Amino acid sequence: MAGSRDSDDVLQPAAGGGLLHRRALLSQGLILATATAAAPAFAGEPAVSQSADPLDPHPASLTTPGAPFSPYGQPSQHERRIMRAVGSNADVPGNGVSWTPLEALEGIITPSGLHFERHHNGVPAIDPRQHRLMIHGLVRQPLTFSLEALQRYPMQSRLLFLECGGNSNAGWHAEPIQRPVGSFHGLVSCSEWSGVPLAMLLDEAGVDPQAQWAVVEGADAGALNVSVPLAKLREDCLVALYQNGERLRPEQGYPMRLIVPGWEGILNVKWLRRLHLTAEPAMSRDETAKYTELQPDGTARQFTYVMEAKSVITSPSAMQRLKDKGFYEIKGLAWSGRGRVARVEVSADGGKSWTDAQLQDPVLPRCFTRFRAAWNWSGEPAILKSRATDETGYVQPERETLVAERGRRGYFHYNAIVAWAVADDGTVSHVYA
Amino acid sequence: MSMRRLVLALAVVLAPSAYAADPLRLGKPVPADVVAAWDTTVFPDGRGLPQGGGTAEQGRAIYDAKCSNCHGPEGRGETAEELVGREIPLTDPDTAQTIGSFWPYATTLFDYTRRAMPMDKPGSLSVDEAYAVAAYLLQLNGVVAPGDVMNAQSLPKVQMPNRDGFKRIDAK
Ligand code: HEC
Repeated sequence: MAGSRDSDDVLQPAAGGGLLHRRALLSQGLILATATAAAPAFAGEPAVSQSADPLDPHPASLTTPGAPFSPYGQPSQHERRIMRAVGSNADVPGNGVSWTPLEALEGIITPSGLHFERHHNGVPAIDPRQHRLMIHGLVRQPLTFSLEALQRYPMQSRLLFLECGGNSNAGWHAEPIQRPVGSFHGLVSCSEWSGVPLAMLLDEAGVDPQAQWAVVEGADAGALNVSVPLAKLREDCLVALYQNGERLRPEQGYPMRLIVPGWEGILNVKWLRRLHLTAEPAMSRDETAKYTELQPDGTARQFTYVMEAKSVITSPSAMQRLKDKGFYEIKGLAWSGRGRVARVEVSADGGKSWTDAQLQDPVLPRCFTRFRAAWNWSGEPAILKSRATDETGYVQPERETLVAERGRRGYFHYNAIVAWAVADDGTVSHVYA
Repeated sequence: MSMRRLVLALAVVLAPSAYAADPLRLGKPVPADVVAAWDTTVFPDGRGLPQGGGTAEQGRAIYDAKCSNCHGPEGRGETAEELVGREIPLTDPDTAQTIGSFWPYATTLFDYTRRAMPMDKPGSLSVDEAYAVAAYLLQLNGVVAPGDVMNAQSLPKVQMPNRDGFKRIDAK
C-alpha cells in the first residue's frame, strides 16, 4: 500500500541513533516484513531442526494424523525453555521468588503459569471446601464466607498489573546487573482478575466508623499479615477467585486472594483468610522490617503503596544479540499504579534525543501498556532507553535522579529508566547511562 | 412491556447501588470464641498479646535448638538473615537493618516469631517460648537485660532504638 513517497517520509529519523517516525510501524508492507525477518536474529529463539527442509512441499504434519485432544492444553514442547527463573533460600526452598520471563512474551497478558511468584514459606495446599474468609474486628457482625458463598456474589473483572515492591531491586546495585530483562524486572505480571468487590462484603459485616485499616492475613505457613488502609479496600479492591478466566493457580492464592489495584504486591495477600478491621495498623514485620525503604538520612519511608510509573524495553534487551544492522522493532512494557500510561518515549542515543513510541490499545488504568517504536540500527554502538509518563503527569525518573533522592539502600520501589547498550557486534548489555 | 419500561427495569436490576442496598447476606455469623481463636493480631500498644512470658536466659536454649541452624549462632546470620547488629548507624552505607537497629516495635518480634518461625515448623512455639526467644533476641541487640521478663505488659514498653525512624508516605 505504501507508495515510495510515503515510505521515504516514514523513514525520516524521529530522533538520534536511528529511531524512526512512529508511522514506520503503520506502513506494514515495508516495516513489518523486515521486523519479522529480523526476529530470529535474537539469541534464544527455538532452534530449527537441522534435518528438515523448510521448503519440503509435503512436511509430515500434512500427511500424518495429529495428536488427539488434550483436556488441558500446554505450550508447545519447542517453548519449554520459556520458564520462570527461580531464586530461593538454600534452607527453605519455599522462600524466595520466581521471575516472569518478560523477554519471551508479547502483548500485555502474562500467562498464568508464568506470573511471577513471591512466597515467604511455600505454596499451601488448601481444600477449597474447608477454606473460609473471616471478616471481624470493628464490624457490627463478624462473618465467614465460604468459596461457595462468594461464587454467588456479583463479580467484576479487571485487567491489572501486579508488581512486587522489591521488583528491579538490582537497579540499586553499584554495578549494572547482567541478566535477561525478566530476571531483573520480572517481579511484575499482568492478568485479568475476577472476583467479588470487597466493599460488598464489608458492608454486609457492617464496618464501624472508627475502622481505618484492615489487617489482612493469608493461610500460608506463617500466616503472612499486612495492614491495608480501609479507604483503598472500599475503593477498588477485589476478593479474586479467577485469574485469566480460570480459578486462581495455587501459587497465586487459590482459592482466593486480595487484589489491591496499582499497589505493591505484598498487599495483594494470597490464600486470603482473615480481614481484621481496626483503627490502627498492626505494624507487622512486612510493613516495618521489610517493605520500608531506608533513606540516606537514616529514616525509612513506610506505607509506600503506589507502584509509580515505570517502563522497560523488553526487546532488544540485555543478554540478547542483534545479528545484523537494519530494522528492529523496539518494544516494551509500561505501567503506572496511579492510572493510565499517557506516553512512552524512547531514545537510541542514551537520552540525548527522544521520540514517542506507539502505545498499543488497549491502554487501561493500572495495567500493562505495550509500546513499540521503529529503529534502524546502523551497526554503531547505541544506548536504548524508554521513559514513561502517566496520566497524572508523573515522569519516570533517570537512575541518577532516583539515587540522588533515595540513596541506594531502599531496596524497594526502584522505577528508574533502564538503559540497554548495543555494542557494535550486536550484543546487548545493561548499563547505567 | 414497552422498550422504555424494559430499559428501566433492567436499570433497577443492574444498578450497583441495588447490591449495596440489598446485600446478599451469604456471610455466616461467627461465634465470639471462634473469632477469638482465629484472632492472633498483635498491636504495638500490646493489644492482642497473650498471657505468658519468658526471659532472655530461657530464650537462649530455644534459639540454639530451633533458630541458630538458619540464623547462625547469636543471630549473626547464615542462610537466613542476621537478627543482631546496632554498631553501624543507619546513615552509613554499610549499615545492617536488624531488630536492634531498625525494627520500630518489639511487639512485632513476638508476633512474627510466633506466626512464622521457625520456618521449618511455623506456629510450633508455645506462647512462653515465643516470649523467651523474643527476649533473647532483644537482649542480643542490647535492648533489654538478660533477666527481664517479656510479657503482655512489658513488651509494648520496650523502647526500640529506631522507634521514630519511619515516615508514612501513602497512608497516615
Ligand atoms: C529453616 C530456616 C529457619 C529457621 C529454623 C528459623 N528461621 Fe527465621 N527466618 C528464616 C528466613 C528464610 C527468613 C526470611 C523470611 C522472609 O523474608 O521471607 C527468616 C526471618 C526471620 C526474622 C525476620 C528478620 C527480619 O529482619 O525481617 C526473624 C525475627 C526470625 N526469622 C526469627 C527466627 C527465630 C526466633 C527462629 C527460631 C524460633 C527462627 N527464625 C528460625 C529462616 C529460618
